[in-house]
Amino acid sequence: MKEIYLDNNATTKVDEAVFEEMRPYFCELYGNPSSMHFFGGQVQRKVDEARNRVAALLGASPDEIMFTACGTESDNAAIRSALEVFPEKRHVITSRVEHPAVLTQCRNLTQKGYRVSEIGVDGDGRLDMEELKATVDDDTAIVSLMWANNETGVIFPVEEAAAIAKAKGALFHTDAVQAVGKIAIDMAASQIDMLSLSGHKLHAPKGIGVLYLRRGTPFRPFMVGGHQEKNRRAGTENSSGIIALGKACELAGQYMALENNQVRALRDRLQNELMAVIPNARINGGAAERLPNTTSIAYEFVEGEAILLLLSELGVCASSGSACTSGSLEPSHVLRAMGVPFTCAHGSIRFSLSRFTTDEEIDTVIRELPPIIARLRQMSPFGREFLKAQG
Amino acid sequence: MWDYTPIVKDHFLNPRNVGDIPDADAVGEVGSLACGDALKLYLKLDENKDKIVDARFQTFGCASAIASSSALTEMVKGKTLDEALAISNQEIADFLGGLPEEKMHCSVMGQEALEVAIAKYRGHELPTHDHDHDHGPAYPDQEGTIVCKCFGITDVFLKKVIETNHLTTTEQVTHFTKAGGGCGGCIPRIKELIDEVMGGHPQEPRKRPEKLSNMKKMQLIQEVLEKDIRPLLWADGGDLELIDIDGARVQVAFRKACAGCASSGNTARMVEIKLRDLVAEDIVVEEVFA
Repeated sequence: MKEIYLDNNATTKVDEAVFEEMRPYFCELYGNPSSMHFFGGQVQRKVDEARNRVAALLGASPDEIMFTACGTESDNAAIRSALEVFPEKRHVITSRVEHPAVLTQCRNLTQKGYRVSEIGVDGDGRLDMEELKATVDDDTAIVSLMWANNETGVIFPVEEAAAIAKAKGALFHTDAVQAVGKIAIDMAASQIDMLSLSGHKLHAPKGIGVLYLRRGTPFRPFMVGGHQEKNRRAGTENSSGIIALGKACELAGQYMALENNQVRALRDRLQNELMAVIPNARINGGAAERLPNTTSIAYEFVEGEAILLLLSELGVCASSGSACTSGSLEPSHVLRAMGVPFTCAHGSIRFSLSRFTTDEEIDTVIRELPPIIARLRQMSPFGREFLKAQG
Repeated sequence: MWDYTPIVKDHFLNPRNVGDIPDADAVGEVGSLACGDALKLYLKLDENKDKIVDARFQTFGCASAIASSSALTEMVKGKTLDEALAISNQEIADFLGGLPEEKMHCSVMGQEALEVAIAKYRGHELPTHDHDHDHGPAYPDQEGTIVCKCFGITDVFLKKVIETNHLTTTEQVTHFTKAGGGCGGCIPRIKELIDEVMGGHPQEPRKRPEKLSNMKKMQLIQEVLEKDIRPLLWADGGDLELIDIDGARVQVAFRKACAGCASSGNTARMVEIKLRDLVAEDIVVEEVFA
């Protein structure tokens, strides 16, 4: 069975060109970039090139790019560093809808004597900017807010939020793991101090991430040891991963327009046609500004895992905000923070597209999903009541 | 992805006996939209009103909930009511070739719907309570006192599931019943129930006193912290220290493993729920970092 992969916010296919770029750096060009000999030196030059490519995508300067092992490491490093830089400050601000990479760390900080404020969102997942303004104070060490939400694709006004944080002397970090490669980012025209990205979300392999560190931003390393990454992140460079990420960023720059036109058009067609034929559904964050590739739709009276497994039978890969898929018992914290009613929070399905998504694949989902929802509603006591009431 | 057996997959993809029986003799309904799964079971009896001749179901829930319901309807057909009542949730899971432990609550839901349907048919209207919880009761006909407020699960029901499935940890109880899977505030009470059922030394559930002087209240808070709460934390390598009591405000500091534990956000809430249950309703627990 050929897969129809619409779960690109979970991870992406490694682009063939990216794989070709990294391939020689395993068995042939395996030198350590820190070595003095020519054999390491040629890898070092390729790592430098990759750093330039990542910087170019972000509108950053190459010395502001620090390679890490993943987005989660970048998030951890940013927040921990801020707390070490400002030992007297005991307040951290984040949002209720962050990825666990940020949220778990912040919640753990409450046990270490920090005040942690989680800013709320409205029914469409938009950040409460007034609450943010009222919450930042002189005691705030860092404000960490995601650029775009992984479940709904809702985009936060991070520049505006950064200005609010900076005005009170706090550092500003953004988890941009879902945003990089999908929307244009220009750090040269930004106030953001730190930004996390992850390679496997933009067609590079898993196991490579970046923490962007604005020049002049005070930083205390999370990983200590050798002198790599200008003493900011110890550990032998994942040279093949770095080289792959460089290529992926170069391609992301080239495909940015396509991502915002073609992919957006496919996404819009998918959600519009599904909404037109399936009653009692709602787009999570539908009124907010969203990533061009993501749509999360909540279907009343049915449960997400059942939908996903029926889709999976047809080769369609998506994800759900349902409790049952994660092994937790409550639906996604993002949907709950948005106040999505329980009647449909359990039945939320996220489709996340990529530049590899085709018209035919979208056609298949538009054809196959409505009967799946109808079938599960027919099986559900609440769905049957609803269908009966409708006549 | 869950590792479902081929039988679970088959019953999910091709569920048997979906629908309703308009002239059903017995109907059992458990679960709710809020809880994330619900089952409505219909039974039709033979002329002697003894044997189950037909069974139908409607289920809102995940693949294993649908498969468990389908399996249940197949299992009860041809059985007498007493034979059907003897079916345990483990037998439903076994029929399906097993369920992931995290999904055992689906088999429990099936067994429970069957029990509710038969009890109602026999006129044993189980007492209902005016439950105070967030989601509405999962098992509205279940007698007892609500333990898990998030999912509306009672002590009587928990004890039954603990006993029939020989559960020994709170995680298992959560997997089988969902209780404790929300805010986690009831986990200490679940531990007590496990001890009661499996340890064989029953305890009378304690009630909070009607009225307390300030001095008595402070004494009781200290007593509950010492005897009920700290031993639970010790079991997980943690601890807490009472810092101050100011009226209804109780300040505690977490120590050892609790300081910096991933789930410790729930611990303060657990302490509060416990103190509210056993001392006074208006108690507020504040975590301090002294």
